[in-house]
Amino acid sequence: MAPDRPHPLLCFTSLRLTVALLLLSIVLVFAATLDQVHLGVWGVQEKYFRSLFVFANVPGTTFLFPVFPGGYLLGGALIVNLVAAHFYRFRLSWKKSGIWLTHIGLILLLVGEGLSGILQEDNQMRIDVGQTRRYSESFRDTELAVIEITHPDYDQVVSIPSALLTEGASIQHPGLPFIVKPAAYYPNASLQMRMQVPNAPPSLATPGEGDDIVATPIPVTTKPDESNWPTGYVELVGPEGSLGIVLVSTLLQQPEAFAYQGRTWLLSLRAKRDYLPFSITLEKFTHDIYPGTDIPRDFASTIRLRSDDGRDDREVRIFMNNPLRFAGRAFYQAGYANNDRTTVLQVVRNPSWRIPYLSCALILLGLVLQFGLHLFGFFRRRLAAPARVPAHAPAPP
Amino acid sequence: MNRHAAFWVLLLGLAWVGSTLIPHGNPGGFDLTSFGRLPVLADGRIKPMDTIARTALLMLQGHQRLAAPDGRAVAPEEWLLDVFFRPDTADTDRIFRIDNPDVLSLFGLGAGDSAGQVRFSFVQLQSGLAELERQAELAAPVEAATRTAFQRAVVELREHVDYYSRLKYGLQTPDGPAAGRSGFEAMEKFSPLRAVPPSAASVRPDDWRSVGQSQLASLSTGATDPTVVFYAALGRAWRAAQPGDFNALVAAERAGLAERFASAARRCSFEAYFNQVEPFYTSLVLYVAAFLLAVISWLKWPVELGRAAFRLMALAFLLATAGIIARMWLEGRPPVTNLYSSALFIGWGAVGLCLVLERIGRNGVASSAGSLIGFGTLVIAHNLSLSGDTLEMMRAVLDSNFWLSTHVVTVTTGYASTFLAGFLAIIYILRGVLTRTLDRATADSLAHMVYGIVCFATLFSFVGTVLGGIWADQSWGRFWGWDPKENGALIIVLWNAVILHCRWGGLVKQRGLMCLAVFGNVVTAWSWFGTNMLGIGLHSYGFTNAAFEGLLAFVALQLAIIGLAAIPRARWRSAAAKI
Repeated sequence: MAPDRPHPLLCFTSLRLTVALLLLSIVLVFAATLDQVHLGVWGVQEKYFRSLFVFANVPGTTFLFPVFPGGYLLGGALIVNLVAAHFYRFRLSWKKSGIWLTHIGLILLLVGEGLSGILQEDNQMRIDVGQTRRYSESFRDTELAVIEITHPDYDQVVSIPSALLTEGASIQHPGLPFIVKPAAYYPNASLQMRMQVPNAPPSLATPGEGDDIVATPIPVTTKPDESNWPTGYVELVGPEGSLGIVLVSTLLQQPEAFAYQGRTWLLSLRAKRDYLPFSITLEKFTHDIYPGTDIPRDFASTIRLRSDDGRDDREVRIFMNNPLRFAGRAFYQAGYANNDRTTVLQVVRNPSWRIPYLSCALILLGLVLQFGLHLFGFFRRRLAAPARVPAHAPAPP
Repeated sequence: MNRHAAFWVLLLGLAWVGSTLIPHGNPGGFDLTSFGRLPVLADGRIKPMDTIARTALLMLQGHQRLAAPDGRAVAPEEWLLDVFFRPDTADTDRIFRIDNPDVLSLFGLGAGDSAGQVRFSFVQLQSGLAELERQAELAAPVEAATRTAFQRAVVELREHVDYYSRLKYGLQTPDGPAAGRSGFEAMEKFSPLRAVPPSAASVRPDDWRSVGQSQLASLSTGATDPTVVFYAALGRAWRAAQPGDFNALVAAERAGLAERFASAARRCSFEAYFNQVEPFYTSLVLYVAAFLLAVISWLKWPVELGRAAFRLMALAFLLATAGIIARMWLEGRPPVTNLYSSALFIGWGAVGLCLVLERIGRNGVASSAGSLIGFGTLVIAHNLSLSGDTLEMMRAVLDSNFWLSTHVVTVTTGYASTFLAGFLAIIYILRGVLTRTLDRATADSLAHMVYGIVCFATLFSFVGTVLGGIWADQSWGRFWGWDPKENGALIIVLWNAVILHCRWGGLVKQRGLMCLAVFGNVVTAWSWFGTNMLGIGLHSYGFTNAAFEGLLAFVALQLAIIGLAAIPRARWRSAAAKI
């Protein structure tokens, strides 16, 4: 390496790069905060943080082009920068130990946030008092459940993630004697009875399979207090050709039934389910407010937890700031509905949830060590120095 | 200058503080002080009548002091008694603050109708109340964030009129003490107060009832609650202007309550006294005085005035400390529970750091920065107190003293120290550019202070943010959710990291460090207030919101100061000092 020309790879160790990356991160976080007004918190995470680049439309078209580095790119670059700088520049010494710890913790924090983005699943459970549930439901993802109800003793369920429906490709499954072919899919829609809207366009559904209902696509909402209601039409195709087109919607309380070859299926578009190896029964729900106000004082769900292996059968009280952690999942008191007769629990599954705790401990230790050594040195110098005359004091006579 | 000037200044300050601690007398013969200490349950907590009166006046008219139509000063308790027992008189008090000229025109009023004031009486508004109601109904469906200035003013005034009207049902019906079932039902429906304590040994706040509730119950039992009897008699004594009867009644009632509700009665007495002392107002004035003395000390008599400024700031700090501790005791909570108390605490933390810095530096710089921040945060706190009781109850998710005392306190300390670094940097820039007083030693001392404070701020804002993440993980199941407040805190951490790395990497020298620290003010102000306005300022373009405008002005000022620092060093007035 010529002494006057540094190796090009050394730019990865540069402190200027660190500062530049930090500044870009600030801009990214700030822009994402402002954009939450339009996109909502989930939309912002996908667009700004869980992406390599932030894309924008060419005005007036749907063509997307990258305008800014996204969270994964900036986070990744920061990790490379940190690691490179440490290997190249830093010496392992007592004086640098604080910086080492801080930066290792920081790398861990970035990695942990990346892993959370990939691994974390957020579901919810709505349970009425007295009811028992064995599954949680996704907030945002839906699935098409094709439920065979022919047998009196059990149902047989084939579930198809909605992501496959949006792609429009035909789905063939060994459990089904027909092919499921998406005919239309709306991420959000409203339903009305056909009688009420006489001028509505004809339904895609075949007669008897939901053609008495008008499904109108509406814009996707990102407001925290509103929900999207995915709706679609699926065509069922047998060897002999089309068997019919069925309306499916998360808004339908009674899914459409479909009969073929003497067997009956229900087609239900519903929140994606995660079945649990245990059951939860809501025994009691309490909701206290401060007297004379509507400020909530406490929500609490008293539940009975029964695991399938019979090892757990106990009562648990879940309330604000006191979740239940069980079987790799955490259950939080999230809300209530139905005049306090229904509890809403948030169910989070994140195998990497401990990483932030570890990294924070490292960073805290590192910062205290680093600044503590500084401060210690400062006071030692002060004590060693002769008493200083105040800056403005008049000169002694 | 007298060598003992600092001593005399401190003595003067102490004398004034002492004078504010003396309980007020009762000029009219009525023992208003004792009435003000009577407990009543409102907004979920037991508080003294005095707090009801002061909070209502603050909310309706923007300050606690009230003048009768003839110009005589009216005590808050006196006003409240009139609202309860002589509503006709209270209706003529000018308590409704209306700034919006379009709203005034609803009532056929102009600025001239209030002798240059912006406050109007209920009587003056009466003819336009139906129109106010109609306009407020029109504005109600509009999302709060997107309302126009007129719509917001209309909705707010309707709330104020509504609260005032409900307060009139607090202890009796407004049209007289003899009310039947319908009157009691109205009182139960409208009264914001639960003035009747539970009868037996129950001390649960939930068991307090409104006078209306108690009276409705008495219709079936035939027994009137003694507290209801007491308030009826009190009303008669007040209307008949019988101070002797009034005082005897209040004394007997308080004695009975002190026996049964010793702790609540003690708290109420203390809270009423605390309200009257107004420690934060006193320390606000002291901060102004300290700031002026500190600034003058750079020009003349540095030692004496510098010392005087330090002592006044220390006095104001002690007073603010006492005030914060008093609030903590009243609430049974850590110091920061809402935006109001965060303002108090940010000021307190910054001033505390400045006291330490001033002991090290002894050049009046930290005194001026500290007193300026102390003053500014108290002004902000006053404005935040206009929306209602500042000792409000905590929503369920916040109801955790552990997290309030760890996360909230640390992150607020991070805010305070980032602001402090910024204000010290402002002093550096202004003194350097505009005066000849920034010599080499002062400049170096300031640079040391700013660097040290930025380190401190990094530590606290980081730890505070992380603790917030842990709290979020404990209560919502995610460590980090990218919501505006979290992002604001993250930006502060990142910005402090930028400052430190710029300095370590030699990318900036003293002047650059100062500019970065000043921009830290912008970042912190955004995180503290801007994120809360996100629903407002960005949604609805072109509408004016006082707080949003204040934030913009603050940001503009910081940018102007950074621009000032960009003037070439040779043109600075302190250039000769070769800083």
